[in-house]
Formats: sequence, C-alpha cells, structure tokens
Amino acid sequence: MMDIKDIVKEENLVYTKTKLMTDNILSYCPGCGHGTAHRIVMEVIDELGLQSQTVGIAPVGCSVLAYDFMNIDMIQAAHGRAPAVATGVKRTMPDKYVFTYQGDGDLAAIGTAETIHVCNRGENITMIFINNGIYGMTGGQMAPTTLEGMKTSTSPYGRDLKSMGNPLKITELIAQLPGTYYVTRQAVHTPAAVRKTKKAVFKAFEVQKEKKGISFIEIVSNCNSGWKMSPVKSNEWMVEHMFPFYPMGDIKVDGELVKSNKAEVKS
Amino acid sequence: MGELKLMKGNEAIAEAAIRAGVDAYFGYPITPQSEVIEYLMAEQPEERTGMVVLQAESELAAINMVYGAAAAGKKVFTSSSSPGISLYQEGISYIAGAELPCVIANVVRGGPGLGTIQPSQADYFQSTKGGGHGDYKLYVLAPASVQEMADFIQLGFDIAYKYRNPVMIQSDGMIGQMMEKVELADQRPRWTDEEIKQMHDSWAAFGKGDHRERNIITSLDLDSAKQEKHNHHLQAKYRRMEEEEVLFEEINCEDAEYLIVAYGSSARISMKSIDLARAKGIKAGLFRPITLYPFPMKQLNAYVGKVKGILSVEMSAGQLIEDIKLAVECNVPVKHFGRYGGMIHSPEEVLTALENLIKGE
Ligand SMILES: Cc1ncc(C[n+]2csc(CCOP(=O)(O)OP(=O)(O)O)c2C)c(N)n1
Ligand code: SF4
Ligand SMILES: [Mg+2]
Repeated sequence: MMDIKDIVKEENLVYTKTKLMTDNILSYCPGCGHGTAHRIVMEVIDELGLQSQTVGIAPVGCSVLAYDFMNIDMIQAAHGRAPAVATGVKRTMPDKYVFTYQGDGDLAAIGTAETIHVCNRGENITMIFINNGIYGMTGGQMAPTTLEGMKTSTSPYGRDLKSMGNPLKITELIAQLPGTYYVTRQAVHTPAAVRKTKKAVFKAFEVQKEKKGISFIEIVSNCNSGWKMSPVKSNEWMVEHMFPFYPMGDIKVDGELVKSNKAEVKS
Repeated sequence: MGELKLMKGNEAIAEAAIRAGVDAYFGYPITPQSEVIEYLMAEQPEERTGMVVLQAESELAAINMVYGAAAAGKKVFTSSSSPGISLYQEGISYIAGAELPCVIANVVRGGPGLGTIQPSQADYFQSTKGGGHGDYKLYVLAPASVQEMADFIQLGFDIAYKYRNPVMIQSDGMIGQMMEKVELADQRPRWTDEEIKQMHDSWAAFGKGDHRERNIITSLDLDSAKQEKHNHHLQAKYRRMEEEEVLFEEINCEDAEYLIVAYGSSARISMKSIDLARAKGIKAGLFRPITLYPFPMKQLNAYVGKVKGILSVEMSAGQLIEDIKLAVECNVPVKHFGRYGGMIHSPEEVLTALENLIKGE
C-alpha cells in the first residue's frame, strides 16, 4: 500500500502555500472568504519579491488578526483609521509598499472620512476592501453595505431603507475622486474569481510602484456565520443578491472611469 | 551659544521640532495653536531637512498618522488644543498600548465643550490621569516659558525613545501666544534609514528582512492573561519613570513657611506673587512641578513639617490640588486658587488667596 510519505514529494507538488502566510491556524470561520483574500495578497507580494519592502495595516473586524497570518511587518490600526495610519507610514517611507486591509464596517462606516480623504489625497497606497455586507466580528450587525431587506441582528426584520438608510456603494463614490487611479470590484468564491482578483492585486502593486495614486480593490465576500448560512449556500446567496447590487469588474482604470460606470453614476 | 530669536511659544516649538531632526508633523488647525502648523508650512522643512508636514482632515486622522509613522520608527510630532486633544484620545491610548514613541503638544484652552480660545489649565486630569481608555500614562512636561517650549521638544523625544512611550507637552494659550527671547538648539540631522534600522529593528514596522521575524505593532491581545502581563510591563515602565524622570523647580523655598505650588503659566504668574508676598514679610516659596506625570511626590512630601500651608494655583477649578494632597498625605493644609474658563489670575489675586490661606479663611 502507498504511504502518505510516498505522495508528499517534491515532484508531486502542484501547489504550496506561500511562505508569506504563517503556519498559524486561521481564526476565520470555515468557508469564509477572508482567508482566501489574505492568501492572494501574500502570494502577490511574494511573487513580486516585496516582503522586505512592504508594511500592511490591519483593521478592526474579523481580520484584526491579519498580522497573525501575514508574514510581513504589520501595524494594527484602530477601527476605521487604517487609511490614516497608512498615510503616516507612506509619507515617511515613500519608497516602501503600503496596503490596508479593511472590512466594510471599518472602511465605509466608522472610517468613511479617513477613506474619502486618503483617496482624495491620492496617497500612493493599495486598499483591499472586504465587503461582506455585515459586521462579522461583533456578531452580525447591520453594516453600511447591508442590502435592502437583509436581516441582521440589528435589522432583525430586514433593512428598512427609510429608517436605516441605503446600502453605501463607497467604491463607486471614491472612484469619482481624482486621487484614485485603479478601482475594481472582485470576488474570491470560485477559482476563476480568485485568478481575476490576483491579477487585480498584481496591478494594484504595479500602480503603487509607479507612484500613480490609490489602487482600491473591493472584494465582495461571504460571511456565512453572520448570514447564518452554510458556506456553499452563502456563496450562492452572494451571487444571487450581492452581485446584482455590487457588480463585478473594473470601475476605474488608469485614472479613467470605465464607460459603464460613467453611465451608472449619472442615472 | 545657539541662535537667539524673538518668537511666539507656538513658533518656537515648531522651529525646535525641525531642529530636533523630526521626520514628520501631522496636525489639524485649532486656536490657540494654529501657528505651529502655519509656521511649519511656511518654513518648508521638507527643503531644510526632509521633514514631512501634512494637514490632516481631522484630529482623528492626524493622531493615527502619528501612530503609523511612529510605528515605522520615525520621529513624529503633533500639536493641538483641548477639543482636538479630546479627539486624539483614542489614538493616544493605542499609541501607549502599542508602546510607540512620539511627542504631542496640547496648547490648552478653556472648556468644557468648545469653551473659549483663551488660556486654561483644565486639561490636567486628561493629561496625567489617562485621558483615553485603559491603564496607561503619558510623560507630561509643563513648560513655563517660550524657551521651555523649545527645549522640551528634544527632552520629550529623549524620554519618548528611552521608554517607548508617548510624551505630552502641556502648555496653554498664554505660553503658546506670548513672545519671548529663545535660544534655539543647533540643527540635528534626521536619522537615516540605516540608523533607524540599527536602533529600532527589534520592534519597528518598516519591512521585514530575512534576518528577523516580522514586527507587529498592536495593542491587542485576546488572551487576557497575556494582556495582564503586558499591563504589568507598562506599569513597571511607569514606576521607573516615577523613580528616574521627575523634574521640578524650587524658588525661594529654603526658608519658606508657605508654598505656592503651580506649573506652566500659573507658575510664571506666581513668581511675581511670591515677590509681592516677601515684600510684605510673608516667607513664601514657589514649588513648580515641571513633569506633571510623574508628579514630584517625594520632593513635595519633603516639605511636610516645614511649611504651614500650601496654595495650589491653577487655571482650573482644582485638578492639580489632588496630586498635591496625595504628595503631602494631608499632613499640610492645602487650598486651591485659580481663575478658569479662559480667565487668567493676576499676581495680586494669587497674593490675596495666599493671605487668606494664612488667615485660615
Ligand atoms: C471604536 C470602536 N467601535 C466599535 C468597535 C466594535 N467593532 C469591532 S469590529 C466591528 C465591525 C467590523 O465589521 P467589518 O469592518 O465589516 O469587518 P468584518 O468583521 O465583517 O470583516 C465593530 C463594530 C470597536 N472595536 N471599536
Ligand atoms: S464571522 Fe463572517 S467574516 Fe468573520 S470569520 Fe466568520 S464568516 Fe468570516
Ligand atoms: Mg463586514
């Protein structure tokens, strides 16, 4: 009989975990998109050979412990303040690579001012924005991005637009600012989506290398625990409900809004 | 002798920051300290030393920019005034928790709320007793002259890096706005990237080399036992500061029967009051805490049995007085006097308060 040792051999390897992910066990719920998003960002930094030149900023949210998993120098920021922290790092070390990794509550609620102004200044950083339409970490409360009618622990009868406001498309909003150079919306729920997101992250670091301004990647992701669904069901629900409201694809490329978004913003 | 100039306190602190080799200043305008960022913008320190100056969109952003740059091992300075410093508190708590060095100036104005733009010392509790959440301490310096505004920048950075702890310079609208002669220190070069690497490679986040593990700047530990240990470490640091870093000044205290205890502007005013008192035959001395935290507890306690009474003079409703009472362990009668809400007491008003204390009123 074949032993596992006979299988785990150099020549049989088709995939290895990037050394920029630590061996710490991920704190995310099984099925959650955060882990995949982490891996993509770390793979890109690894493949570009930027480990020694990169500083990451972790948010407050489920990914508060990103520094446990990302094997680079990391700074944990207060809730919503990652863009300001990144500004402090980048302004004093303009030749280093700096990225923020933030959830939707962090980036689009408590940190809205920091988000808009970092984009407006066109700080030369990369922003990774995990939009799961909910506050995962604190137990599934309504986020600024929560869809109309979506049930959360603070909108138990569904989000009512009249009393609770509208879901915020912060990505379309910041794309309007001259300081943003590359703005895109991606996902990580299928191998094809992962490949596209990885390409986008590559491009984002390329933009940073060329000192062109903000590159902003929204990743629409699931929160199977917060949504109270199985991982598979949550991804189906995401495709069916989140994607129509948060459509996939580039919003701004090379500093120019892509056509479909120009139209959408007008209507 | 260094270069002599006639400057406002706010200008002196800004010029001293450039000369101390500071890497970055982040701030948001607020009276009575907007001259700090105005001076820096006009001076263009980017050209002089490469120092970065950035006007942030809010105090929330400014203090977090400080956090980021300090985390990268850079020398960072910021300034604000009371309402802005209230917004700084979240960031200051994180900075203290993550053990980052930086210098923060508070040019205090009258409160509460939007209050007034006139001088006040009513932020004593906020500076010395925490301000933000959690058990932490700032090293708090109280300048009483424009010269000290300038000098406390370098002193502040020395302490900030020695202890990896945020330092607060607490002045007020009077020291910030008044003009005096100041002797400026010579220009120090900014640290090079190589120097920063040599000094701070064990903790700062500027990019992980192959020779070391990644550096993580955080104040979080979900394991409460570890968080308690971290707190023990912080407390040990504060005890060390209390032992080694207390600063104070004594004027005419040797034969004093009565002491005025006052810091900053109130100490400046009280210098005149003790002269007036001595002219009337009252043996009065001035004890001036220069560090508000660590407070000169032992040094003031030495007057127990020697003086008959202490007058605490502060532009507040009475905050400093609590530390004085702790210092003398209620073995000396202590009274508070002070105008507040933006009003400044005169030397004569202080003298009257001292005479009332002597009369037992
Ligand atoms: C100042 C402050 N307010 C509130 C909180 C509590 N809190 C922690 S995480 C969080 C929401 C995070 O949601 P999101 O950014 O969407 O991240 P996710 O967990 O969904 O990835 C909140 C409200 C906090 N830590 N600090
Ligand atoms: S709570 Fe939601 S966002 Fe957080 S780890 Fe679990 S699934 Fe992911
Ligand atoms: Mg979320």
